[in-house]
Amino acid sequence: MRTGIFHETFKSDERMWAVPAVRLWLLIGALVLFTMPLWSGDYLLAMACIVGIHIVATLGLNITTGNAGLISLSHGAFLGVGCYTVAWLGHRGVPFYLTLPAAGLSTACLGVIVGLPSLRVKGVYLAIATLAAHFILTFVFREWVSVTGGVPGTTIPRATLGDFVFVGDRRNFYLIYGCAVILAIAARNLARTYIGRAFVAVRDRDISAEILGVDLLRTKLQAFAVGAFYAGVAGGLLGYFYGAITPEYFVLTLSVFYLAAVIVGGLGTVLGSILGAAFMTFVPEALRLLVNASAHWFPGVAGLLLPMGQAVFGLLIIVFLVCEPHGLSAIWARVRRVIHLWPFRT
Amino acid sequence: MQDRSETASANDRRLPATVGLALAVDAVELRFGGIRALRGVSFSAEPGRITAVIGPNGAGKTSVFNTISGFYKPASGRVMLGGVDITRLPIHARAARGLARTFQNIALFHGLSVLENIKLGGHHTMRAGLLSAMAYSPWARREELALRAEVERKVIDFLEIDHIRHLPVGVLPYGLQKRVELARALAMQPQVLLLDEPVAGMNREETEDMARFILDVQEEWGVTVLLVEHDMGMVMDISSKVVVLNFGEVIASGTPDEVRKHPGVIQAYLGAESGVPA
Amino acid sequence: MTEFIEYSLLGILSGGVMALIALSFVLIYKGTGVVNFAVGEVMMLGAYFYYAATVTFELAPIAALLLALVGIAVLAVFFERLVLRPLSGQPAVAVLMATIGMASIIHGGVEAVWGGDTYSPPPLLPRTPLIFSDILIPGAVLGNFAVASILIAGFFAFFRYTSVGIALRATASDPVTAATLGIDINAALRLTWILSALVGTVAGILIASSAGLSPLLAAAAMSVFAAIILGGLDSIAGAIVASLLIGWVEALAAGYLGGKSRDVIPFVVVLVILVFKPYGIFGTRTIERL
Repeated sequence: MRTGIFHETFKSDERMWAVPAVRLWLLIGALVLFTMPLWSGDYLLAMACIVGIHIVATLGLNITTGNAGLISLSHGAFLGVGCYTVAWLGHRGVPFYLTLPAAGLSTACLGVIVGLPSLRVKGVYLAIATLAAHFILTFVFREWVSVTGGVPGTTIPRATLGDFVFVGDRRNFYLIYGCAVILAIAARNLARTYIGRAFVAVRDRDISAEILGVDLLRTKLQAFAVGAFYAGVAGGLLGYFYGAITPEYFVLTLSVFYLAAVIVGGLGTVLGSILGAAFMTFVPEALRLLVNASAHWFPGVAGLLLPMGQAVFGLLIIVFLVCEPHGLSAIWARVRRVIHLWPFRT
Repeated sequence: MQDRSETASANDRRLPATVGLALAVDAVELRFGGIRALRGVSFSAEPGRITAVIGPNGAGKTSVFNTISGFYKPASGRVMLGGVDITRLPIHARAARGLARTFQNIALFHGLSVLENIKLGGHHTMRAGLLSAMAYSPWARREELALRAEVERKVIDFLEIDHIRHLPVGVLPYGLQKRVELARALAMQPQVLLLDEPVAGMNREETEDMARFILDVQEEWGVTVLLVEHDMGMVMDISSKVVVLNFGEVIASGTPDEVRKHPGVIQAYLGAESGVPA
Repeated sequence: MTEFIEYSLLGILSGGVMALIALSFVLIYKGTGVVNFAVGEVMMLGAYFYYAATVTFELAPIAALLLALVGIAVLAVFFERLVLRPLSGQPAVAVLMATIGMASIIHGGVEAVWGGDTYSPPPLLPRTPLIFSDILIPGAVLGNFAVASILIAGFFAFFRYTSVGIALRATASDPVTAATLGIDINAALRLTWILSALVGTVAGILIASSAGLSPLLAAAAMSVFAAIILGGLDSIAGAIVASLLIGWVEALAAGYLGGKSRDVIPFVVVLVILVFKPYGIFGTRTIERL
């Protein structure tokens, strides 16, 4: 049983993974993750890739909404912006290590524009503004045929590194989780610097934060830009993973999906983003298994998959908001405490 | 507090070598619609001294503070910090000029720990860029560690709150929350410290602790302190100057003794019957 | 010129129904401080209830209307009790997300039950068109406008002259004082949700019986956001004027720029207003307190 953590310097107290046991577990986790394509089945691997993409996007929304408290309903459309950026640049022969940051940056710029109303108005209006931005963006996706291919969609050339082509899930897995790990660490870093603290301060009491020297304009736009950057990278990864994309993918339900992932996982924590993204990817899959299993008795049930998924996302949002507002990460923290103190009870 | 007024009267208390900036409010007019909340208010807080603003409820004390902070924009008049006009300065930029404050209703950030709340006071000193912060570059790291060391050494030890630094602020008792707020304001490295009712709602013991901290801040840091307070005993004990507001106007200002005997003040507080309760 | 007048008339008249949706939204915002993102879905669900009652269970339109209203009112009560009351005191953003969740549930539920097809429920109102020289106004548009006007006028009277209406207004402006004066706050909040849901249902049925019924109906509420923002979230009069205005602009845009512009114009309007005049024309800018 561990009784506590004892730091002797401020430096060790400021470390990201301050506890030796945590570092050990992270190492084990990293090993399992990076050998996964060697031992895992195709289905599990494809799921893992999708989870990875969702993790990147959820990390971003969790910074904008979870940390800074700026609600964004255009996150799904932001993925589209990143995806089309990668498609457009990819067709011009730009390599992936440039297209992905470019996707992030272009989306971040757009995020700043969408975030502009947040300076004048509070959360509620902002939600409406981002909703409007979502519809404008999806309109552009359908109509700007030369870039997006319009409604029929467009293809995305494979990512290549020298002669190595990222084709198939096994190779894309490393691309996706390479980005996910870097961006997760970046999110964690941000949270322990003054910028991350300013995000939370702006969320909790914006005017007090301003009087304490936080530039609201700068901070809110930063939060929006960072969130959008993550969405852009996630969109780019999505493009490389699927190889082709249509505007159909970036519907409002995708934004609601990420909102649900943030709430279910836990607002404002990196662990929450990861748990939330994994859980929310698992939900439609579980639904599908259920539907396939029951198709024998209810023949028409397969067509209900999509709407049922939508209803379940909504239900999860409400259930977690009402019953466990701190999400899965809080549940996990409780479980961990019980394990540490075993066999004693708290 | 009794012993303190015996050892040193408020006026001849020594000043440290370096003192904070002067703060002056000059003919400030503040209107909400048709209501004149402040009517040509002028007063000054001398460098390195404690000045108190008192007055009955609704006299405009907090309005004065909010105008100095920049939260309210005056219709006319000026706010001067160290001889510089800051009336039109954006709110957040005033922190970098050395203006710090606490709030009447505690305004701590519940999503942050005690330490993080206090560190937020140092926000305006931080320079690392967004990318640098996300990479936790050596530069960003050095800056964060320097802030931590500074805050620990100067503020947390000083206010005796090292045992609670990693707690969430929401679980702290009221008196400690007030102290964390003071800590956060001190982490701003203030030239001028605005304290909005620092001992409101505190019991006698907590009030004495807080009064001691305020005096220590003034004596050791040389910070100019401007405070709004209802606790007359404390105001009269620790301030070197008292400004009395009533209905948005300054009706008296001077040393605690002068103000105590001022007929207008007696009138405003008690209706010409007796002296101000000490 | 005739074209312009025709587009304008059609637009302003269709703004009437939009005003009804806006009313459904503003009622809740004013009464409970909640921004209800599920307005469109509630409206759609009400219309589907009406459709089911008339077509599936073959009731008379009036009976079906009443049944749909009762059904929606019951749901509003459940939502208020099970979701909103436990969330009271939470930040506005949390409640807002709950309404988004609600919208998602209803949308998914409706598609699961009725699918994505377009139905045409029987009309509530006569469809005789009105003809002025060369301008033709479809009867449905006119009828919808008339119903919307009557309903809105009724609401104004209700809030002004009945004691229940006054109690609701009192609760909206200062719940604590209202409670001290003996008004049952929970009942008032419940009633607000019911009224809003009822208004939304009527709007949904009106639109569905003139333009057809499909899950896309919920999107009609999206353009209402433009009107609400323009009018100011908390002003009923503002919402109505703005709805007529937005209806007019939409019709002109659709007429001259093509039908596709209807998908995007309201949202461009929303963003422009939010950047330049965030509290709308009639909205009150609240004085922030520290």
